[in-house]
Amino acid sequence: MIDDITRISSEAPVQVRAAATIENLRDLEAELLGKKGSLSELKKGLAGLDPEGRREVGAALNVARESIAALIADRRAELEAEKRAVVLAAERLDLTERIGGPVRGSVHLVTQTWDRLVDVFVGMGFTVAEGPEVETDWYNFEALNIPAAHPARGMWDTLYVDLGDPETVLLRTHTSPVQIRVMTETPPPIYAVMPGRVYRRDTADATHMPVFHQIEGLVIDRNISFADMAGTLEAFTSAYFGGSIHSRLRPSYFPFTEPSAEYDINCVFCEGSGCRTCSHTGWLELGGCGMVHPNVLRNVGLDGEEWTGFAFGFGLDRLALMRHGVDDIREMYTGDVRFLEQFPS
Amino acid sequence: MKVLLSWLQEFAPFPSDDPIALGDVMSDLGMAVESIDRIGEGLDGIVVAKVLELRRHPDADKIQLVDVDTGDGEPLQICCGATNLSVGDTVPLATLGTTMPDGMEIARRKMRGEWSNGMLCSGRELGLGDDHSGILLLDGALTLGTAITDALGITPDVLFDLEINPNRPDAMSVAGVARDLAARLGLPFSIPEPQIEEVPGDAASMVSVEIIDPDLCGRFYARVIEGISIEPSPRHIADRLVALGMRPINNVVDASNYVMLELGAPNHTYDLATLPDGALRVRWARDGEPITTLDGIERALTAGRDGVITDGTDQAVGIAGVMGGASTEISSSTTRVLLECAWWQPMAIARSSKFMGLRSEASARFERGTDPEILDLAARRLAELLAPSGARLVAGSVNVDGNLPDRSPITVRTDRVNRLLGTALESETIAALLRPIGFLVEPSDSSGDWSVTVPSFRPDTTTETDIIEEIARHHGYSRIPGRIPTSTQTGSLTPLQRDRRILRQVLVGLGVHEAMPLPFLAPGDLDRAGLPAAAVTLTNPLAAEESVLRTSLRPGLLRSIAYNESHRTEHASLFELGRVFALPGVGQVLPDEREHLAVILAGRAAPAAVEVLDVILETLGVASSTMDQSLVPAGLHPARSATVRIGDLVIGEVGEIDPAVLEAFSVRERTAWLQLDVAALLTLPHGEHPYRSISRYPSSDLDLAFGTPDDIAADALTDVIRSAAGALLISIELFDVFRGGAVPIGTRSLAYRLRLQAADRTLTDDDVATVMNSAVDAAARLGATLRA
Repeated sequence: MIDDITRISSEAPVQVRAAATIENLRDLEAELLGKKGSLSELKKGLAGLDPEGRREVGAALNVARESIAALIADRRAELEAEKRAVVLAAERLDLTERIGGPVRGSVHLVTQTWDRLVDVFVGMGFTVAEGPEVETDWYNFEALNIPAAHPARGMWDTLYVDLGDPETVLLRTHTSPVQIRVMTETPPPIYAVMPGRVYRRDTADATHMPVFHQIEGLVIDRNISFADMAGTLEAFTSAYFGGSIHSRLRPSYFPFTEPSAEYDINCVFCEGSGCRTCSHTGWLELGGCGMVHPNVLRNVGLDGEEWTGFAFGFGLDRLALMRHGVDDIREMYTGDVRFLEQFPS
Repeated sequence: MKVLLSWLQEFAPFPSDDPIALGDVMSDLGMAVESIDRIGEGLDGIVVAKVLELRRHPDADKIQLVDVDTGDGEPLQICCGATNLSVGDTVPLATLGTTMPDGMEIARRKMRGEWSNGMLCSGRELGLGDDHSGILLLDGALTLGTAITDALGITPDVLFDLEINPNRPDAMSVAGVARDLAARLGLPFSIPEPQIEEVPGDAASMVSVEIIDPDLCGRFYARVIEGISIEPSPRHIADRLVALGMRPINNVVDASNYVMLELGAPNHTYDLATLPDGALRVRWARDGEPITTLDGIERALTAGRDGVITDGTDQAVGIAGVMGGASTEISSSTTRVLLECAWWQPMAIARSSKFMGLRSEASARFERGTDPEILDLAARRLAELLAPSGARLVAGSVNVDGNLPDRSPITVRTDRVNRLLGTALESETIAALLRPIGFLVEPSDSSGDWSVTVPSFRPDTTTETDIIEEIARHHGYSRIPGRIPTSTQTGSLTPLQRDRRILRQVLVGLGVHEAMPLPFLAPGDLDRAGLPAAAVTLTNPLAAEESVLRTSLRPGLLRSIAYNESHRTEHASLFELGRVFALPGVGQVLPDEREHLAVILAGRAAPAAVEVLDVILETLGVASSTMDQSLVPAGLHPARSATVRIGDLVIGEVGEIDPAVLEAFSVRERTAWLQLDVAALLTLPHGEHPYRSISRYPSSDLDLAFGTPDDIAADALTDVIRSAAGALLISIELFDVFRGGAVPIGTRSLAYRLRLQAADRTLTDDDVATVMNSAVDAAARLGATLRA
């Protein structure tokens, strides 16, 4: 009997390997290990042995059964894996065959720039104020220390609206009227930026639009000085444009600030070494700034001895264009999808 | 304002070696340098030549072949595009190898098959003035082959073009720029005393002046000049005028302009013989008062706006500060001149010149404010310039004052200076910054502060803050160290600003692009968009097509869709978040300005817009909306559009654009449309998104199909089923709509899947049956019948 067991055990590996399908394997399993299988048949012969022989042959049977079962289990796993592989292979896809599919939209370049600027200022502790685009002469000019017939009015080509007395209602020429609204509505301290759409009576060309966007800032607090303005603008400059870009201030004139300054930054294209964009000066003129004029403070009912402040402002569209190297501002306003989709974020 | 380095050097010893560094100082003082031109540089290699022959170019209409002689008698062929040449003309020739002032190199080259051996030059190409209309024609007496610099007597100089701010009247003169610059550089500044001899006599007996309106004229200073003979100006005067952008006319006009540019003192000359008794009067003009100005134009003046100078017979002979009259103009027969040096009220000149459209170098200075104390010096300087032609100032003068600006001392507090600038300047430092620019600084009553008298040439400076600006300017803005204010305020966006970002994110995720059409419309646009025509209009639009303010985002977006279609972009999906303007409400001054969101989907039908609406409302977390198709918004498809409401509040419109409107805007595709009033929408409670607990017990689905008449909205049936199903219903979804087949005409089958679940137990068959019965009963009451 031991010889039979040895034979079955030694033949089994070849038989198991030869089973080509799971069905063949199942049949083989029945043949070897099943109730009517060869090992079961041998087991029946145990009854005719002496206890010594029974123990010896029984042990041999168990060893044989276990090793064959293990062989079959391994082979089954192998066959199942093969079968799954065939099924999956049949499902093969060429992932580069793209037809249609979901499309993404885009946020307008101006909005992207607006949000980026606002985020920097919010991070610096500013709130964000807004106001109407159609304004009265008082908010847009008078309160800002630009009385009627003041020669400085020539600095803005104004579009007037046919409401009320002639030239009393207009499309705001800057976001400065929002500063007046904030100062008349909120007691200081004030730390706010005012992004917004503004209007000028300008014919559209590659660098001008009658409608464009600005962001202004206003700080009113006790003991605010020109040094605070210089520091704030420098902090903004490196936060927005990068640490290698710095700011400088040059004397200038605006009716609503004094002292007034031009706010320049290192040219972002050549980082100050001089290129065509900056006319080889190394600097780009970004906007204007200054200490809020005492007359403006008086117009909004603030005591200029107790409260001082500064304001600054610059155009937003040019930053949007510069960032992506767009050379014609008009392209931003046609609604051409071929333009818009180029700037997903 | 343009200034020449050589002219500046007449007032202070500025170095010549580094004009760029000098320009940087000017910029740092607020006189921004727009350009620096080196005059007379880059002219090596340009010589005097004579035109020997002109021939047609065989292959080019716009090019002539010119043979020139540079002194050796050999004809040299040049190709030239100018047409102002004649045989015998003397011209400048850039010879081979010359590098022009603009950097261009002259080489021998073929132009359409003909050799060109150099280039004939215009005045502009030589950096001499702006004339580029033809080749510069030279004096025929010049020796051929001479270097152009020698021939024209050009001495190298540097021309600075400065941008002068309105609060710097002093810098509208060469002397003023020199004063500011010298102060910063620590160089001595002085205006040279004119060297003249006056003719004995008494100008006061020859001239009388009366200021009738002292608020118009602050000072009228008159002198008489004899021995006038009109002739061309000496070369150095004419050259300087040209360099600064003025055209030389004759010695008298040129001297007048020279003094204006040099000292910032505009002045006017009258032919004294044309003035009866030498009398002049100054007053405000009367309405319609006529005058023929120097340019030969007859003008009517306006009361309350223009100032006028009249003769003794009350005849207007000049518009104050703007332009002189033709009747008293000096001519070749003039021998004796009345010289007017006046100080005019700046606002008056600004108004007058603006409304008459007469802007001149003189009015530009008067409207910023000139120096009333320089008038005598200006008159003597003018006489000095005219002296070579034999003109002499007659002794004596007439000076009449009107109202001059108040120049009382202003207290400047050292503490205020430092608090406003964030500096720690000593009192003495402050005084030392102000004195070199003409401010009289004396100790004030309180210690450490100053009593400052503003110089007569700074009428812009009237307050302590004005003076602090001067201190900062001369201390140097770049020397004020930056610091960051310490704010206790927290930066943040408002809820509306946050919601806008959410709206944009949702739309971008849905594949929609943000557009920004201009908010201006043409007069018929609203009507063509099917909208009411009432709108705010502009009084001074640039063009009629941009004269109406939009009341809706629709026309602008339709135009953008048409633009995309015409550029072969079909199915464009655009949105806009922007302001619209309705006429003001009763008692309101400003238009009713609202923020709208509009979505336009070309090539899509109404359900696409409804889907966008649903996603937006769900994201914002506002209460569910109703779409009322019985209320079709103007300009939308009558059978495919609805007014959107939340409760009783109308928040927008959804559907498709009316095909007639599409046609009017040349849009070819079917176009879905959604518009929301953002302000109205966001005033509703939103953004809460409360948590609903998720049951651990199994759920059961119940599929029900109802035959539903077409006039019952699916939303209505959904609502009825939802409320009938009660608390066990956790979701209801319309999963199929079917028309035709066994479904009767005028109805459709609406199939719903209801998912039921209890929070505390597994549902029984009874539970499901109960829900089903109530849902079916409720649907039946609405008119929808369960299909078997």
